[in-house]
Amino acid sequence: MTGAETVPGALLSGGAGWAFVIFAGLAVGTAIAVVVARNPIHSALFLLSSFLLVACIFFLEQAEFVGAVQILVYAGGIMVLFLFVIMLVHQRGVQERLAFQHQWDVALIFLLVFLLPFLYVLWTERFPVLPQNLDAFRTVRGRIAGNTEAVAWVLYRDYLLPFEVASVFLLVAMIGAVVLGKRSAEKVD
Amino acid sequence: MNITINHYLVVSFLLFSIGFLGVLVRRNFLTVLMSVELMLNAVNLNLIAFSRRLSDLTGQVFSVFVITIAAGEAAIGLALTISLFRQRRTLNVEEASSMRG
Repeated sequence: MTGAETVPGALLSGGAGWAFVIFAGLAVGTAIAVVVARNPIHSALFLLSSFLLVACIFFLEQAEFVGAVQILVYAGGIMVLFLFVIMLVHQRGVQERLAFQHQWDVALIFLLVFLLPFLYVLWTERFPVLPQNLDAFRTVRGRIAGNTEAVAWVLYRDYLLPFEVASVFLLVAMIGAVVLGKRSAEKVD
Repeated sequence: MNITINHYLVVSFLLFSIGFLGVLVRRNFLTVLMSVELMLNAVNLNLIAFSRRLSDLTGQVFSVFVITIAAGEAAIGLALTISLFRQRRTLNVEEASSMRG
């Protein structure tokens, strides 16, 4: 990553750039496999590898803390939850023969509606070249610390209220999941 | 190979549109949920790329919040999945149409 400053506007260059290309290509490929796979377990495993590859891109981008959180929360938490539910509800006969709805036309129209403004912005917008300061991701009050410490400073000093709201949100989600998953009293035979 | 912000935007757009197609096209409720997670992850990629580009940590903090939202959404969605499976013995989203007007 030493050559990052030599080319103006480049976030990654040299070997890191090729690593990005490999990770990004594999992530897109596994994402396609998530949508195409018929068996939900295969979908879940492809989703897991897609998350891990995106976490590798985060590591390339000096976002070590977010990459670690991505691996811990997505791979460790959400995917285990998904796999539990899949094993719970999976029946051999349920595996549908026709996995896709007849909504391809609507989906492609919506996608085109997204694609055209995106291409327009990508073609016309010239993002100004800014000076890169990699130390901004690991500096705490003027001294070099770690990325985790720097994120913690921003999170607990500037974004304390959203952080507390997020914890309330998680509490609400937990209670909601318990209530939804609870077997109602009259349904128990 | 020099990677600029445009490469990130393209990759993120691809991931997002794959998730979007998955939400609209798939029938299995679990796969629909996984596609939603893909879309949220694509948003995270954009946040991280712009955070790096602007040399600002705010993007990283926001992607932590997005991961929080994704976790809560997965928990609620999976509880709904179990509830749906108990009532209808199926995971097909087209069967869950009793609120259709």
